[in-house]
Amino acid sequence: MYRYDEFDAAMVAERTEQFRGQVARRLAGELSEDEFKPLRLMNGLYLQLHAYMLRVAIPYGTLSSRQMRALAHVARKYDKGYGHFTTRQNIQFNWPALVDVPDILDDLAKAELHAIQTSGNCIRNVTSDQYAGAAVDEVEDPRPYCEMIRQWSTFHPEFSFLPRKFKIAVTAASTDRAAVKVHDIGLRLYKNDKGETGFEVIVGGGLGRTPYVGHTIREFLPKEHLLSYLEAILRVYNLQGRRDNLYKARIKILVNAEGAERFRDMVEAEWALMDKAKVDLPVEEMARIRAYFAAPAFAELSQESEGFDQARTADAAFAQWANVNVAAHKIPGYAIVNISLKPIAGVPGDASDAQMETVADIAERHSFDEIRVTHEQNLVLPHLRKDDLYAVWKALRAVDLATPNIGLVSDIIACPGLDYCNLANTRSIPVAQRISERFADLETQEDLGELKIKISGCINACGHHHVGHIGILGVDKKGEEFYQITLGGSGAEDAAIGDIVGRGLSSGEVVDAVEKLIEFYRENRQNSERFLDTYRRLGAEPFKEALYAAA
Amino acid sequence: MKAVTGNRLADGAVVYLRDDDQWTSDILKAARFADEDAAPVLAAAQSRVREIADAYLIDIDAGGAPSGRASLRETIRTAGPTVRADLGYQAERR
Repeated sequence: MYRYDEFDAAMVAERTEQFRGQVARRLAGELSEDEFKPLRLMNGLYLQLHAYMLRVAIPYGTLSSRQMRALAHVARKYDKGYGHFTTRQNIQFNWPALVDVPDILDDLAKAELHAIQTSGNCIRNVTSDQYAGAAVDEVEDPRPYCEMIRQWSTFHPEFSFLPRKFKIAVTAASTDRAAVKVHDIGLRLYKNDKGETGFEVIVGGGLGRTPYVGHTIREFLPKEHLLSYLEAILRVYNLQGRRDNLYKARIKILVNAEGAERFRDMVEAEWALMDKAKVDLPVEEMARIRAYFAAPAFAELSQESEGFDQARTADAAFAQWANVNVAAHKIPGYAIVNISLKPIAGVPGDASDAQMETVADIAERHSFDEIRVTHEQNLVLPHLRKDDLYAVWKALRAVDLATPNIGLVSDIIACPGLDYCNLANTRSIPVAQRISERFADLETQEDLGELKIKISGCINACGHHHVGHIGILGVDKKGEEFYQITLGGSGAEDAAIGDIVGRGLSSGEVVDAVEKLIEFYRENRQNSERFLDTYRRLGAEPFKEALYAAA
Repeated sequence: MKAVTGNRLADGAVVYLRDDDQWTSDILKAARFADEDAAPVLAAAQSRVREIADAYLIDIDAGGAPSGRASLRETIRTAGPTVRADLGYQAERR
């Protein structure tokens, strides 16, 4: 895992001191709220409905046990005993007092954590595959490249005042768990026909009020040119991106206004003129960063584990969890464990301080001290011995972290919505809770298979509804909560923006509507089709009919 | 009718302006103004920059409950998250 060098440590300490001074000046009335707002946003501090909200960066979703304990400490000491893991692999605290925030940032810095690049019109915290370094289908660990991007982008003077925020995601696997096609820039590391590894560069994807799947502007970028090519893209965007209209300022608008080919030509022209050697990292520096992510000291184990197999036979609840939440690991005898933060009727993504401590303890003892956060608001223990799975499951179950629903109908992404968020029009969490209660039965869930429901409480689409197999968007109609359903979206390698199916539904109707859609799927699926497959085969019409006919 | 609300600067808590110009977390104790009288009161509240992060007007009915188009938002603001009855002012009031 990456450890801070003296530059990182000094930079974070300096920033925290600076913010301490800014908070003091605000409290003394020397700064107005208008003057203070951009400063606090640069430090991840928002003002929401009930209180301030502090968003802490978890670069590429990787945490050590010590860092997870630091988050638990903040939740306990300064907040209300919990945190909320987000769709950008970050964590939000919902109740910090402004007067405490400098101390919170100091405490976080001791564990090499900060709130930089979690807000504002800069290059945001880079996200990645939560299975990085463990996935069977990856060409190599993508995180060294994420770290290179982090170092390049942090406080980048040229890109500190972009037209709008800018999000980069990186995957190195054939299954896209990082939603790279719906980011400002998505990078897919793969091996070409000649056996060389490099990046497919995808630009201009995004959700929000104008959703787009990104365009590939370069099929193959040699790894050593990653940073110069990114810099060329950012330069074109920084100059050409619109600054006159907040809603048209993201790079996706520019790419789609110019057309992907013309945009690519602009980037290539910029890149051709650049002194690449000034930006690209020397080979030795790339190797130095890569060394931080060296694989842990895996033991030589046999692929099968007798203890695991026995426990599965003996304990049906464990077997169910192992079936759904455990994924294959690239090293024999190891497994990847997904920890669901979606208990039935719970709040998606929330974890208590005690739960965070338990996860930290387990990771320290059993998973080489590593924890991951997923963009689907769950956690991952990336490197567990199969021999340890039964004990780990019992420890997770003791703190209500063993819900076996990863990728299933109750594993719902939901934004905080109007229960917390200043921008929301409607609530999201209660809808997620009611759907998960409706489909609580585990056998039903397993029978339905992979089904991604994603809920946003406003058009900003933090709940990724556009890419839900079933997406739900909350809209305000004269002060009443209504919900618009979209179908057929996907944020994975088969990325697609969902189709709006018809008129909005009242809060009272929406869960029944979801059930009707799922019932129609169940009656019409063929073989092992997922909901999404059946939808793509049959098209929107029959689903619409099923939804509105009897209503 | 209107009331003046805002988030307290030091901790972000939701507060309302009372008749005696102090701030309260209890919306039932908020001063109520006729629509046409509210603007100068708001301007005075907004100038208290050391106390309040921002201040704005909400519609409020004679019983002291949020009304109008933003009533759901303001009801949630005054009480706390509907999914966590143990948090926010609703928890203190119990």
